[in-house]
Amino acid sequence: MTTRIVELRRGILKKNDELAAGLRGRFEAAGVLVLNLVSSPGTGKTAFLERTLRELRASGAKAAALVGDLETDNDAKRLAASGAPVRQINTHGICHLEAEMVSKHLDGWDLADLDYLFIENVGNLVCPSSYDLGEKVRVALLSVTEGEDKPLKYPTLFNSADAAVITKMDIAEPCEFNRAAAVKNINEIRPGIRIFETSAKTGAGMAEWLGYLAEEREARRV
Amino acid sequence: MHELSIVSSIVESVIETLGAYPGAKVKEVRLRVGALASVVEDSLQFCYELATDGTALEGSKLVVKILPVVAHCDACDRNVEIESLQSFRCPRCGQPVSDLRQGKELEIESIEIDEVEEKV
Repeated sequence: MTTRIVELRRGILKKNDELAAGLRGRFEAAGVLVLNLVSSPGTGKTAFLERTLRELRASGAKAAALVGDLETDNDAKRLAASGAPVRQINTHGICHLEAEMVSKHLDGWDLADLDYLFIENVGNLVCPSSYDLGEKVRVALLSVTEGEDKPLKYPTLFNSADAAVITKMDIAEPCEFNRAAAVKNINEIRPGIRIFETSAKTGAGMAEWLGYLAEEREARRV
Repeated sequence: MHELSIVSSIVESVIETLGAYPGAKVKEVRLRVGALASVVEDSLQFCYELATDGTALEGSKLVVKILPVVAHCDACDRNVEIESLQSFRCPRCGQPVSDLRQGKELEIESIEIDEVEEKV
């Protein structure tokens, strides 16, 4: 018997990373802006996305959505009411979406015909941060009911985000939400990140958010 | 709790590597894990025992090296270690830093194996 050390230097999630890189290439070639929405369960990802899809459609943009949950297609039904093409991904117990799941659910969609593709991740503030889905923009959402220190508690996720959305601003006051503290905490974890303060109910902040989407899409075309 | 899927990927990779070393027994698997990689060492260790059971990795040791977060501070023009994950600021000058150079690694560095002597 001889002992040997074999150097591997191999990414553990290499398979996912390679698939995600392939997807990113496909999305870029098709000219579709892809966003990965991550948050805790109950932050209001689906309500925020419903409003986003509805407003994008009204403005003439073409958007589609993939929505991840452990079980049920309730969210896909809700989102489909906007008229946008929507597909549900059921992970059956897995706590995050992986690039392969996204890839499988794109069959039959003409990506070149889309302006935006939203991927609503499984509600979880830990695991989705490790899995690249080929998105261009990762959006971390935080609701006013969750506590301003959530970014400090889950730095890995907020640090990996490209934009942050605060949801349910319409009930900020009764929740005694400290806006300044939340914004400061997000900035401590991800300095310089764009932050949107929104309400899917009243539509507050949606114009800025839609403006950002259009900017990001334009930036990609250059 | 995605440590089990991470450990399963590790086992898969190591077994693939072992293809070049027939009959070899794995003694140790060494990982490099960034402090921002969202994995918990205790969970990895727990899942490792389960996932390696009955494989060529059974009984081997999982060694996890945690790498601190390193960012480039533009103001100081140098790489600095971030001391707290609650504040991404340069420990020297206090400026916010967003250009990360280390901390998200999740990789198998090497494996230690006992090789079977080649028969002459």
